[in-house]
Amino acid sequence: MAADNTFIQEYSIKGWDFTRAGEASCEIKNILKQIGVSQDVIRRVAIASYEAEMNVVMYARQGTMRCEIDTTKIKITIEDEGPGIADIDQAMQEGFSTATPEMREMGFGAGMGLPNIKRNSDGCEVTSVVGKGTKVAMSFNL
Amino acid sequence: MTLAEVKETLQAELLTQDSDLSLEVHSACASDMMSDVLAFTRPECLIITGLANQQTLRTVEIADALAVLFVRGKRPDQDMIAVANAKKIPLLATNFCMYDACGLLFNKGLCGVTEQVRKILGKDGCR
Ligand SMILES: Nc1ncnc2c1ncn2[C@@H]1O[C@H](COP(=O)(O)OP(=O)(O)OP(=O)(O)O)[C@@H](O)[C@H]1O
Ligand SMILES: [Mg+2]
Repeated sequence: MAADNTFIQEYSIKGWDFTRAGEASCEIKNILKQIGVSQDVIRRVAIASYEAEMNVVMYARQGTMRCEIDTTKIKITIEDEGPGIADIDQAMQEGFSTATPEMREMGFGAGMGLPNIKRNSDGCEVTSVVGKGTKVAMSFNL
Repeated sequence: MTLAEVKETLQAELLTQDSDLSLEVHSACASDMMSDVLAFTRPECLIITGLANQQTLRTVEIADALAVLFVRGKRPDQDMIAVANAKKIPLLATNFCMYDACGLLFNKGLCGVTEQVRKILGKDGCR
């Protein structure tokens, strides 16, 4: 814990690396378990951060996942360098997906990732610059 | 429903070692799409899927699921079984197709996560 009582941890995510894919989210999950966060919150954080992590793995070149915890909330911010999202409202709709047949064979492409992030977080904001990258910021109340 | 009952109902094979088949699943979710599973599961559920890769195991960890049942003869490779052993995730495999596997389990009272189904079937239909 830092002086201002905020715990900060950062992870890097590599595009198209399916062996490590999901590791960052699992580590965050373990940290939350260790500090005694309630099971419901842990599960929601894990699902939302995993979806965002997998989107970086699938669509972007690389990214970072930053986890900030203070006494009132958990903030997870995932920022990537990648193609970006042209129409965010469309991307947020259940079922919308540009996943390739190859990705679908691996179990992705339901178009439920961003909706799952929205449903499980207490607040989320997606911003993107086409050709540069995407940022997903979500928060969870403790 | 215990994992032993799931195994017996579907003439399934246990792929992992030293798995505790007396563990109970309280609901199930069937899909080949992992985000679908993440959207529609409760903790301690059984994931029924034809998707046999590492992402299936990640989904178990992330969603606090209890076990995985592979359908229509899909079998994970040895690497994946080793990871499941290390993470203590029981893996079962049946030759039934997904629909039939779900039907047989449903018939024995293992329901999904739709609230209404519990209302429609009552306590006797959904254990
Ligand atoms: N980090 C990202 N960079 C570029 N495009 C993205 C990113 N995240 C999402 N998208 C776009 O938004 C679409 C919807 O994303 P979402 O996560 O909801 O579904 P999906 O990844 O296609 O499928 P699922 O998450 O259900 O496996 C994606 O198909 C992709 O086109
Ligand atoms: Mg996604």
